Amino acid sequence: MSQCRTQRLIARLRPAGHPNGARANPPGPALRRNQGAWLLAAAAAAIGPHAGWLPIWVAALGLGLLAWRALLLWRGSRPPPGALLLTLALAVAAGVRAEFGHFFGREPGVALLVLLLGLKLLETRAARDIRAGVLLCLFLQLALFFEDQSLPVAALALAGSLLALGALVALTAPEGSEREHLRTAATLLAQGLPFMLVLFVLFPRIQGPLWGLPADAFSARTGLSDTMRPGSISALGQSDEIALRAAFTGPPPPPAQRYWRGPVLGRFDGREWHAEPATESAVPAYAPQGERIDYLLTIEPHRRRWLIALEHPAAAQPAVRYTSDLRALTAEPLRSRARFTLSAYPRTPVGMDESPVVLAAATALPTDSNPRSRQLASRLAAGARDDAEILERVLAELRALRLAYTLRPPLLGRHAADEFLFDSQRGFCEHFASAFAVLMRAAGVPTRIVTGYQGGEINPIDGHLVVRQSDAHAWAEVWLQGQGWLRVDPTALAAPERIDGGLAAALADAGELPLMLRADMAWLRGLRHRWEAVANLWNQHVLGYNPERQRELLARIGLGAGRTAQTLGVLAGAVALLFATLYAWSLRRPRLQDPLARTWERFCAKMADAGLARSPWQGPQAYAEELAARFPAQAGELHEICALYARLRYGPHAPEQDLRILQNRIASLRLK
Amino acid sequence: MPLHHANRLLEAASRIILGKERELRLALACLIARGHLLIEDVPGVGKTTLAHALARLMGLQFQRIQFTSDLLPADILGVSIFDRDTTAFRFHPGPVFAQLILADEINRATPKTQSALLEAMEERQVTTDGQTCALPEPFFVIATQNPAHQVGTFPLPESQLDRFLLRIRLGYPDPEAERALLMGEDRRGLLERQPAVIGPAELLEMQQAAQGLHVADALVAYVQALLAATRNSTELAGGLSPRAGLGLLSAARAWALLDGRDHVLPEDVQILFPHVAAHRLHLAGDGRPAPPATLVRLLQAVAVG
Repeated sequence: MSQCRTQRLIARLRPAGHPNGARANPPGPALRRNQGAWLLAAAAAAIGPHAGWLPIWVAALGLGLLAWRALLLWRGSRPPPGALLLTLALAVAAGVRAEFGHFFGREPGVALLVLLLGLKLLETRAARDIRAGVLLCLFLQLALFFEDQSLPVAALALAGSLLALGALVALTAPEGSEREHLRTAATLLAQGLPFMLVLFVLFPRIQGPLWGLPADAFSARTGLSDTMRPGSISALGQSDEIALRAAFTGPPPPPAQRYWRGPVLGRFDGREWHAEPATESAVPAYAPQGERIDYLLTIEPHRRRWLIALEHPAAAQPAVRYTSDLRALTAEPLRSRARFTLSAYPRTPVGMDESPVVLAAATALPTDSNPRSRQLASRLAAGARDDAEILERVLAELRALRLAYTLRPPLLGRHAADEFLFDSQRGFCEHFASAFAVLMRAAGVPTRIVTGYQGGEINPIDGHLVVRQSDAHAWAEVWLQGQGWLRVDPTALAAPERIDGGLAAALADAGELPLMLRADMAWLRGLRHRWEAVANLWNQHVLGYNPERQRELLARIGLGAGRTAQTLGVLAGAVALLFATLYAWSLRRPRLQDPLARTWERFCAKMADAGLARSPWQGPQAYAEELAARFPAQAGELHEICALYARLRYGPHAPEQDLRILQNRIASLRLK
Repeated sequence: MPLHHANRLLEAASRIILGKERELRLALACLIARGHLLIEDVPGVGKTTLAHALARLMGLQFQRIQFTSDLLPADILGVSIFDRDTTAFRFHPGPVFAQLILADEINRATPKTQSALLEAMEERQVTTDGQTCALPEPFFVIATQNPAHQVGTFPLPESQLDRFLLRIRLGYPDPEAERALLMGEDRRGLLERQPAVIGPAELLEMQQAAQGLHVADALVAYVQALLAATRNSTELAGGLSPRAGLGLLSAARAWALLDGRDHVLPEDVQILFPHVAAHRLHLAGDGRPAPPATLVRLLQAVAVG
């Protein structure tokens, strides 16, 4: 390498503002306008996404500091004095302390970082300040994952990192255009991706979130609860959030069979239904039999142990616990998304030999509530041969009452079942299930409420069944002698479409429906299907890659348990190999930028493959002569291609389409 | 049209000088590029005939100067003689005042005489006794030279050789051409009867057309790379001068014109390169003129862009 070129290279490697590389902090405004713009963009991309979950004043102040810096940059003014910045820094620290009460933990930490990034940018003068700013930006991108680990956030973090790298590139080579900076940053990012992949797959995983705040790591929401009070809410919140997903190995069960069992509410105090304590065991309280449905359940975290499974679950992997009221429980509260391989036996008879204590509790009814319902129940029960006949009569009566299904029922008072059955006659599943259970209990038949989800929607993109919070449902279970617990869904009496076709079919008035469920929003739902399929892939393969699955994967490639040293060796080897590959790539011949030159190279390569390579010193005409002598059948075409190239390369006018003609002729050239 | 003139000229010339189409074409290209031509060969292969034929066919005033060891500069340039009637010196122009000069066996004259001609060639004017006379337009010199190893020659110095755009060799005719030569009419007689095919106006037209030919950036880069290769070569004593580079480019233009193209290709440069470089480059070791093999190696070391 010549002396001159070496010096140029060194000049490129040396950061701007260090003409001799000796002084760390030269005086004067070293920050160029474009460098400042890059840094500001990177900082905005780092702070912006945090605005959603930071205290509003922190986000506003952080962005305000950026705006101030932008103004200074635009006007070319000097940074504010150090004393002012110091005062500001102390003030924001006090503010954060006041907001959170302490400095420790994730939220105050991120808030401090956001504010300090804004302040750091304000005092940015030299290259080292820019580097510190870029480092802060990158750390804030990482901090995004403390809050949310979804695909859009990953995309945001990637874009933010690209901008931060762009700021670094603009610092190192300030002469280039912005597009060049962006391209270099993108190349750097792309070169980092293989390393990220290797580390993701091979680096030893730690159970639970790294930052030691498991409760914060995953948001936990559920539409289910272990109490139920019909009539206490007048409009059911319709959340679109996904509760669980099921991938069936066979065809999915019909909608009327999709009952996902959650909390069982056995105790009624006249106004509210409560869950009763149940005993747990390692095996189900029933002998699974009949038709079997196998599926893979991915359940979203809800911080409870409820394993909301299709009725009636058995043979789960990993092992689950079963309760006496026929539910399944996980070993630990579900704090992160979890997967279970499950089988369901919908035709299994359950509770054949239910204990008398449970049955007695299932008929308990406070005497001071719902007098009209109790009266109706005793009239219906009079003269009935058995409980099955009472059930028939109660269902017939409910049918005759012509109750209406709505998501906006009127508020009910003290005797909710009475008011629903005889006055308002409008309600949703809770009203139906509760009123039915009150009637049955008053008639002396053991009955309880089961909550969970009903239905779900098949995503046409990946074929998975998606159950949302809006599919939350309540139904009833009746115990009959010789038949055990039988599922009875009183909602189906008033709105059978709710069970067969989901919420949208059950509601006549589309105005009541959430936006997503309306028919004219089909395209939006299609889009959502697509998005959810992608998000599911992300959840399953990226977020779902836990220590267990890492062990499985490593065992498959021969790096089983107890081989940590080998695993780390493979990791180091892979990283070294990647470095070597990138280094070799950096030494390769620079790619020709000129499309015409590339086209000609391609032609020459094609001819070289055919057996006659062009010598580097051969011009197009001379090469054409040689080619024509070698391939006489195509002599004319070869001459024309070479002449066309020569004209484009050396001729006075080179219209764009001629290049395309040349490319087409080269592409369609076949040598015999 | 310029191509048409050139073709008619070449056709007529090749009827007089048999079997030397390429050399004729090179000579014509040299004239179109406004350069002077050096023909180096043993006596009797038709150097003089070639020069004479070109002058005749283009309708140019022709002068032949036979260089000998006792030739003086004044014999070429002319002398000032005292005129008794006007009582003043009057300049009598020498043979150099013609449109096409054949300087025959230029290396037989002393360096002083040689340089008198060569300075005239360069400046296109003659200055004697403080008086300057412009040479006619167009003005070409075709010099012939015997190979240097022949007895009684004064090799031209490098600085003088640089003034010749191209150097060509005629060589012996191939058997067929030689047979036609031996059987046919005397060439001189043929030449006497040959009328001019074009005139100075047509020659000027060709020169202007050649100057207007397109030279792409890529070609300039190639020429530059070639020049750099001659300068960086360890085999050679020195590289080609910028004047040689300019000459190479204008000769390549003329060659492209004769080929009927409106742009110059690397091939044109490659064809002209040995003729432009051979008399200008010398080997690093013994100072001999660069042999053709060296020039070919140089060409093959430079990639066409």
